[in-house]
Amino acid sequence: MAEQLSRTHPLEAWLPAFAELSGAVRISAEPFVPMTVLRADPATAGDVRIRGAALPTAPGSWASAGAGWLIWLGPDEWLLTGPGAAPEALEEELRTLLRPVGGSAADVSAQRIGIRLGGPRARQVLAKGCSIDLHPRVFTPGQSAQTTLGQAGVLLLALGEDEFAVLVRSSFGGYLASWLLDASLEYAAPALTS
Amino acid sequence: MQLIECPWCGPREEVEFHYGGQAHVAYPEDPAALDDEQWAHYVFYRDNPKGRFAERWSHAAGCRRWFNAVRDTATYRFESVYHPDQPKPVIP
Repeated sequence: MAEQLSRTHPLEAWLPAFAELSGAVRISAEPFVPMTVLRADPATAGDVRIRGAALPTAPGSWASAGAGWLIWLGPDEWLLTGPGAAPEALEEELRTLLRPVGGSAADVSAQRIGIRLGGPRARQVLAKGCSIDLHPRVFTPGQSAQTTLGQAGVLLLALGEDEFAVLVRSSFGGYLASWLLDASLEYAAPALTS
Repeated sequence: MQLIECPWCGPREEVEFHYGGQAHVAYPEDPAALDDEQWAHYVFYRDNPKGRFAERWSHAAGCRRWFNAVRDTATYRFESVYHPDQPKPVIP
């Protein structure tokens, strides 16, 4: 009798450690969400609306598109997350939208997984391994950055004042989860009493 | 670590970038007409100045776009960055 393998999240093994963190830093794994990379010339695709949102043209920015995010990746490249949709359906939906303006869409759902960071110390945790300016006046909600965190390349989104999403290649997910847990250790541990 | 200014993403750490060699090496008008020596000159021969040098760089860990930069090869200081479709600046 063949053994049945059940589907698990790439970060399944880290979830108990995430759950044990205190309120100063909260880490959780984002559920699986279909993602599509869009390529289009911003000059011709200016009028295209992706789930109600225009393609963001400012470098390092993201916009809400339906329940997902529409993230700037380059001057002619964007990433759309589409929670709830089937990956193939999302790709087809975007192709239909972008084909008339000479753009393209490709499903990259298997590429990245999401980790969500929250809490008053989340910025400090990220700043330990990330060289970009994460000051609350500089890295404000609505901004994104493709950079390195620890040794992993990540796509960092500022969702709120103290709320961040880190999209990382799934094979780097375990490394990054361990790195984040280590970086949040000093904020998670109860204060020493003498 | 030295910061390099990406024309799109702004200043980022040097490790995010990939070097692309000399900039403004034009592809031959008629590649089939070149003899081996001329082709070797196009493929392999590059300037190697001490001082300011126009180079190609790629923001490999960021927006993955190519851009050009004028860098001083003696001090490693970046003097300017510009989009790849812009003309070569006058280098004193």
